[in-house]
Amino acid sequence: MRIGQSSAIFLVLIGLLAGCGEEKAATDGTDVVRIGSVAPLTGAQSHIGKDNDNGARLAIEEINAAGLTLGGKPVKLELVSEDDAADPKTATNVAQKLVDRGVVAVIGHLNSGTTIPASKIYHDAGIPQISPSATATAYTAQGYATAYRVMANDAQQGKALGQYAVVKLDARRIAIIDDRTAYGQGLADEFEKAAVAAGATVVAREYTSDKATDFTAILTSIKGKAPDLVFFGGMDPQGGPMAQQMQRLGLAARLLGGDGLQNINFIKLAGADAEGVVASSPGLPLEAMPGGAQFRQKFEARYGPIQVYAPYAYDAVNILVAAMRRADSAEPARVLAELPRTYHPGVTGPLKFDARGDTAGGAVTLYQVRNGTWAVLETVH
Amino acid sequence: MPTALDWLRRRPLLAYALLAALLIALPFLVGAGLGRGWVRVLDFVLLYVMLAIGLNIVVGYAGLLDLGYIAFYALGAYLFAWLASPHFGLHLPFWLVLPIGATLAGIFGALLGAPTLRLRGDYLAIVTLGFGEIIRIFMNNLNAPVNITNGPQGINLIDPIRLGDFSLASPVSLFGLQFHQPHLYYYLFLALTLATVFVALRLQDSRIGRAWAAIREDEVAAAAMGIDTRNIKLLAFAMGAAFGGLAGGLFASFQGFISPESFNLMESIMILCMIVLGGMGNIPGVVVGAVLLTVLPEALRHLGDWQRAVLGHVAVDPNDLRMLLFGLAMVVMMLYRPAGLLPSRQRQREFAAEDGVAEQEQASLYDSKA
Amino acid sequence: MDIFIQQLINGLVLGSIYALVALGYTMVYGILELINFAHGEVTMIGAMVALAVIGALLGASPELPGLMVVLAGVLVAVPACMALAFVIEKVAYRPLRKAPRLAPLITAIGVSIILQNAAMLIWGRGYISFPAILPQGRHDILGASVTDLQIAIVGLSILCMLGLVFLVERTRLGRAMRATAQSREVAELMGVNVNTVISATFVIGAALAAVAGVMVSAYYGLAHYYMGFLLGLKAFSAAVLGGIGNIAGAVLGGMLLGIIEALGAGYIGDLTGGFLGSHYQDVFAFMVLILVLVFRPSGLLGERVANRA
Repeated sequence: MRIGQSSAIFLVLIGLLAGCGEEKAATDGTDVVRIGSVAPLTGAQSHIGKDNDNGARLAIEEINAAGLTLGGKPVKLELVSEDDAADPKTATNVAQKLVDRGVVAVIGHLNSGTTIPASKIYHDAGIPQISPSATATAYTAQGYATAYRVMANDAQQGKALGQYAVVKLDARRIAIIDDRTAYGQGLADEFEKAAVAAGATVVAREYTSDKATDFTAILTSIKGKAPDLVFFGGMDPQGGPMAQQMQRLGLAARLLGGDGLQNINFIKLAGADAEGVVASSPGLPLEAMPGGAQFRQKFEARYGPIQVYAPYAYDAVNILVAAMRRADSAEPARVLAELPRTYHPGVTGPLKFDARGDTAGGAVTLYQVRNGTWAVLETVH
Repeated sequence: MPTALDWLRRRPLLAYALLAALLIALPFLVGAGLGRGWVRVLDFVLLYVMLAIGLNIVVGYAGLLDLGYIAFYALGAYLFAWLASPHFGLHLPFWLVLPIGATLAGIFGALLGAPTLRLRGDYLAIVTLGFGEIIRIFMNNLNAPVNITNGPQGINLIDPIRLGDFSLASPVSLFGLQFHQPHLYYYLFLALTLATVFVALRLQDSRIGRAWAAIREDEVAAAAMGIDTRNIKLLAFAMGAAFGGLAGGLFASFQGFISPESFNLMESIMILCMIVLGGMGNIPGVVVGAVLLTVLPEALRHLGDWQRAVLGHVAVDPNDLRMLLFGLAMVVMMLYRPAGLLPSRQRQREFAAEDGVAEQEQASLYDSKA
Repeated sequence: MDIFIQQLINGLVLGSIYALVALGYTMVYGILELINFAHGEVTMIGAMVALAVIGALLGASPELPGLMVVLAGVLVAVPACMALAFVIEKVAYRPLRKAPRLAPLITAIGVSIILQNAAMLIWGRGYISFPAILPQGRHDILGASVTDLQIAIVGLSILCMLGLVFLVERTRLGRAMRATAQSREVAELMGVNVNTVISATFVIGAALAAVAGVMVSAYYGLAHYYMGFLLGLKAFSAAVLGGIGNIAGAVLGGMLLGIIEALGAGYIGDLTGGFLGSHYQDVFAFMVLILVLVFRPSGLLGERVANRA
């Protein structure tokens, strides 16, 4: 009886697996070119993940609507979305799965912790990977010719923020908080280096987590050290309540953050306490770029407000397709040969890669919340 | 079908030969039918079978509810990364690093087990959970003042398993077949998984195994029979942890990159779910549980294809439904077979017995009340 | 000194939320010896339902007084969570009452995965902000700052706890609950409808969880479908710290955990000269928990179980 049951279970499994095999036949469609998109679509970060996925999807649809011809043949792009649940192990499985399905390139992943292990698989398969949002310097430092990103890395952005804090915001005593994620810690460390180099003193270094909502304890401790600026390396779900709790505790220092705060959610979550907060975002302001305002309009009509990185995912697809056009092919090897030479005026700024696969130039724009919206302060290079 | 099985059961050697052939051919069958991504999934299935068997020693054999098991997996993985990656510039061979990792994890298992010996049931669960989180938090933060773990950034470029010039990371051609990295690791993992299954089965029927069962069922009676309950419990923690450490080392070399987010509490909980769902204390059950819970979330990715096949279009985004159905499956399976899918014989007897007996048996398992 | 008082206040507010959620764990555990892992998710559903109601009311007429709107949200969230807990108990736990101890733990984890993903489908993946409609007055107490909301949270928690103590100690239902916790069989023989009592326990715990859920989202200004997991875990730890199964223990454990976290995050860095910082806050909290359990294996107020060894 027991063997009967186990074999029944086994058969169910085989059945499930066989069900998965069916779609394989469609792979050899001649005119369809598949592009992978990976981000966490379940779990705590799924709202940002879905945002990335939507950004890539919009770009694909626009390109298809306008028509794309490669090697004299009309080509239809198809986005294959996968969920990596922000988990490194799932990320490598998904990466291999996309390679199996014959994608010619991958837009993703969202987190550095998933992007790095997956990059090895894309590298081995020889297909280009463009991450819209992974910022850890280690990603492009591996020497893979397949690894690219369209966002300034931690070092580029942290440096700009640190100098700005000291030179323009005139901060002398700085408290630094990070959320102990690869992103938050990386950005905070680079910020600290730049700020100290510019002559500021770090009076407190505190830590939280990317799931926390209560920061009163660390903020109270910071208050006792009387800083004139608090830098937070982390995302809006923490930044919003943090801004509120600073006000509640009477901590009269300016809050400064990176791209994790520079979004509409932060203002929603912080409410009136968002006023005066300064945050940066890599690239140029969306509104200042050709096509930027239209992108926002189109995106928000379809998917609702931009969460964080959708414009970067949109740009990642566009620069990829620009490289395909230059190569006149979707062949990964030929696209990879063209990517380093490709220039694309994206909605997040003019895009070009440097030798490592990072964005060259690395302009960073600073914004401040004024009357409930992000107003541009200035762009630093 | 049943007759064929009966026929096979009377010929165990043939049955084993068939099973062996199936296991050897599996990555190629799966790879040909479903793609290499599924071979990777198979590799992870084997890793989780190893982990589940290790945890089963602690929970299923000795009856000690452990919610921090993933910490030993983390220790094994980090040890491999420290001794075989550019992080410290060390590149020791795997046959040295893996045993060291398993031993270190075993020692930690006994160390963390020691203060918990007096605790029972759910109190033990929360303390082990605490230890698991403490180790993860240390891994996440020990990049300063001295950079030991590289913090949240993780450790990259970990060496693959390599013997002389032969590396499991580069494809090999043999008998006209292409063996890629997932295939090569599959055979290594398969060999080690079979070894752990073998060890676990032998342990079950050994003096130690019977001592564990005695402690699980009634600790006082076990002590009265002359069993050194303290050492035997510590041994369970150490053995279980060593299996975890071994699996961790394999994970690190297979992935090439590790970071603390791979070792969170949810992983510990899922491994516990595997053994409870499969049938605690029973090795075939534990294996089935591990296979099911690793394959199911991956198989559910194809919800979109199934919808297309049945309805002709994708009605609901598969990514919206995937985990919902996974949770539902867990509930339904447990309601359908409360003692696990393949319960141990003893557990089955408890269920067949009258209510009163079952309740009494139940009360003695992981219970703090006499 | 004012900083120390501020940290105590921070901890007390956090602790009273933990305590309210911990009560749900401890009541169910006291009767069924079951860790109701889905309890944190019930808290999340409470917050989500209340926010949906608040959003709808404000959308209909933004002129309504804030306090009344929030109250309406609570009044809908509480029965919703009670109904949810009733169904969860009936579907996922009751059929397994005679199964091995760990079987309902697995269904509990399954239910919490289902609730999280269902909430994701219904309310979306994003963080939902709590509108700033509650009075935001700030007071100075001995140099520390306290808001109206914080006072309300602590006050309301204490009120709920007193109500629960009254219910358990002074009513027929409470007596039946205590009898069932002592011995299910004997209670049944004495004419107690055990099934009703168990359902009632779940439902009451869920009502407290709903209130806690609204308080959390009002206090921190947001709600998210994933918020229940960590809150549930902390509250469960608090219940164990106090001695699981014991109502006073849950309250004490919750308050203590809140204060330990606040003081831990606030002072570890300075005490260790920057060697360990606030990133070890949870290590500190777990260490206290482990030490307490090593020396008092049944928690602070837990009854000493007849140690069989």
